[in-house]
Amino acid sequence: MAKLTIDGKPVEVPNGMTVLQACQTIGVEIPHFCYHERLSIAGNCRMCLVEVEKMPKPVASCAQPVMDGMVVHTDNDKVKKARKGVMEFLLINHPLDCPICDQGGECDLQDQAMAYGYDRSRYHENKRAVDEKFMGPLVKTVMTRCIHCTRCVRFATEVAGVEEIGALNRGEHMEITTYLERSLTSELSGNVVDLCPVGALTSKPYAFTARSWELRKTESIDAMDALGANVRIDARGNEVMRILPRLADDINEEWLSDKSRYVYDGLKRQRLDTPYVRRDGKLAPASWGEAFAAIAAQAKSLGGDQMAAIAGDLADCESMALLKDLMTSLGCRNLDCRQDGAKLDPAQRAAWLFNSTIAGIDQADALVLIGANPRKEAPVLNARIRKRWLAGKFPVGVIGERADLTYAYDYLGAGPNTLQDLVDGKSRFAETLRKAQRPMLIVGQGALARKDGAAVLAAARRLAEAAGMVKDGWNGFNVLHTAAARVGGMEVGFVPGQSGRDLEGILAGAESGAIKLVYLLGADEIDMKRLGRAFVVYQGHHGDAGANRADVILPGAAYTEKAATYVNTEGRAQRTKLAVFPPGEAREDWTIVRALSEALGHTLPYDTPSAVRTCLTAKSPAFGALDRIVPASWGPFGAEGPMDAAPFKSPVANFYMTDPISRASHVMAQCTAMRRDLAAADAAPTGTGS
Amino acid sequence: MSAKITPISADEPRVWAFTPENRAKVDAAIKKYPAGRQASAVLFCLDTAQRQHGWVPQAAIEHIAAILGMAPIRVTEVASFFTMINRKPVGKYLLQVCGTTPCWLRGSDEVFAAIKEETGAGKGETSADGLFTVMEVECLGACVNAPVVQVNDDFFEDLDKDNLKAALRKLKAGEQPKPGPQNGRHASEPAGGALTLKSIAGSSGVQS
Repeated sequence: MAKLTIDGKPVEVPNGMTVLQACQTIGVEIPHFCYHERLSIAGNCRMCLVEVEKMPKPVASCAQPVMDGMVVHTDNDKVKKARKGVMEFLLINHPLDCPICDQGGECDLQDQAMAYGYDRSRYHENKRAVDEKFMGPLVKTVMTRCIHCTRCVRFATEVAGVEEIGALNRGEHMEITTYLERSLTSELSGNVVDLCPVGALTSKPYAFTARSWELRKTESIDAMDALGANVRIDARGNEVMRILPRLADDINEEWLSDKSRYVYDGLKRQRLDTPYVRRDGKLAPASWGEAFAAIAAQAKSLGGDQMAAIAGDLADCESMALLKDLMTSLGCRNLDCRQDGAKLDPAQRAAWLFNSTIAGIDQADALVLIGANPRKEAPVLNARIRKRWLAGKFPVGVIGERADLTYAYDYLGAGPNTLQDLVDGKSRFAETLRKAQRPMLIVGQGALARKDGAAVLAAARRLAEAAGMVKDGWNGFNVLHTAAARVGGMEVGFVPGQSGRDLEGILAGAESGAIKLVYLLGADEIDMKRLGRAFVVYQGHHGDAGANRADVILPGAAYTEKAATYVNTEGRAQRTKLAVFPPGEAREDWTIVRALSEALGHTLPYDTPSAVRTCLTAKSPAFGALDRIVPASWGPFGAEGPMDAAPFKSPVANFYMTDPISRASHVMAQCTAMRRDLAAADAAPTGTGS
Repeated sequence: MSAKITPISADEPRVWAFTPENRAKVDAAIKKYPAGRQASAVLFCLDTAQRQHGWVPQAAIEHIAAILGMAPIRVTEVASFFTMINRKPVGKYLLQVCGTTPCWLRGSDEVFAAIKEETGAGKGETSADGLFTVMEVECLGACVNAPVVQVNDDFFEDLDKDNLKAALRKLKAGEQPKPGPQNGRHASEPAGGALTLKSIAGSSGVQS
């Protein structure tokens, strides 16, 4: 510990802290641009100057470690004058275009110029002009505004793990650019927009659409992957204008994946805004009453075993819980929330959770990825793994696809045979795992969503047990999900009841005609052709594959339009808030199921949100504690059996398009095209060569 | 929507590699640094590439990045930071004319004029015959022999219009003019002969 005095107040902070951090501990704010707590220290903006007694010049507090007996002044005349000088230099070449700058109103430079700037310039020379740089479809650049803090360079290099941004030339001619002005190829590239303290890097899709002070800010939860990143949804009127990350140290820190950040234009396209009923082979708009009547007419002649329900990737827990109760009351046990066919075992909570927790990655000291490509399936989680890897002494083994994960790994093999070798201790990585104190494994859906998924799950469990991954205070067995709804569905118990059919059984039944009514709760990623002649009810918010096949469409709300519970891959229940209203006749999803239950003559006893939540709490302990994790106990799960030798394959082929919202998004389509073009350019024989 | 890639000029090679001799030199240079620190050899690599090719095309930068295990943007940053690395083609002789104050006071403007008259190339230009590229640089550290022009690796000092033109003519003719002071001085001794220590002139080590 070091004792120092800041502005006359005695402070005691751990050694190794910087003066700036020490100031922050007692609430003394130091202006800064280049310093960022999650990036390395650059010390190049010079805005954080403070005076330290016995030092000849003002020092950059972000780069100055504390020392015992330091006497720091942060607001005397010398410091103010120094900062004013720095600000004056920064503004020499910074354009005065705040009125047309998207950063205006939330700009660090603007704010700090208010505090430290002169009210007029002493420079009459022309300002320097810098060409715009192309950084891809997500990041817009106005490089004349750049103050060269290099936060974007450090983010790309350190956090995103793609060394693509750099600073060319020197001195006054320095320019930030991507290599050969190629698109950024990171799934986290949007974060450089948040990091940029000025308006040099701004959001391309959001450009010139709104001013920050016009926006209504709603704190919510992301549903584009299974991480449950904390987001802030900014809306104007009834339109989502942008999505930003919120600080959540245990989940997304302060990062957000590009899909979660930029998918919002998909919320305005292809929306289902009124119920539809298929008449004479064509879907026709209908009233809610007509839609319910059409379903009731079909359902009344059917037994429970002739019906089935499948929940999709964006379904919320409330609607799944109510739909389960409704189907149960109709005598139907054919339920499945695993629309990708993953063999998640409902018997044990630990079998489907990311047990070590996301923050637990920081404590782990060895990792095996089994059929998971976290870079595509959960980019923010991948950045966390990279952060742990950068800290050192973190061997990573990969069984599955050989992909660029942004960290080095030991490629063990492609499929179950390698996994079996590892379980049997025959693999070279087995020794590494045995030596580790807190080893962990991550099983992806690529390993579970296959016919032998249950056997792979069992093998993963045996590996966890054999390698000592499960012990007091540590559970390193982790399942990485790709869908926001999956863990919620498992917690609710949206799985086949006794002798009920699972996904494969439902589809086979529909093909053979044994299943006559299928209820799709936002399920779009199943093979619609296999639904045969069944009567299909689709409840969801986008006109995608499910709505296309449906006989009755019930328009629901997207995750930004309802207060709904999602459980992330760790088993952390979180609740979204209503940021904008659903379009047209669309309704919050649980109310649709509740209204339908009345039309079917099996009225569910839930009339208020609190009644629904009581029903949730009764279904699983996970819902009892919002935002917290209820640890799962360990026990046997999976099914012993032969494993197919076929290699594991990630279910996410195209990161930018995985669900109905992202498939409807223009921006995501642009990103997809960008990746395709880059791949083509790299493959072309007339490339830049090397 | 495309992934814009800045076009590389048509005269740039698409594929580039060190010659075997230069590759051996580069490998030896890399060995001077501890394992994992091979990126320290980047300047040697860039300089070697420039000596081999005359300038450093983007393909050479990517080749060096691959050898050193660096991202191409990192090598580009270094190459663009140092003015000694030419990222555009230059003539056979790169004339780096010092234009900083001492040389300017001693007639660097005349130096530029002489070069323009003799080769036809002005500041930042290459002569039509492709032999000379003229560049204005900051202080070359030879102020006592101002004005100075660096021709490739050699300094030509104490220049005036006539002796510079003579040197350029020799270069044009394929001869190698003697580098150093062009006005007869040996080094940086007083131009008009010795002024001090005359009493020991002629004794060992002291020129008369």
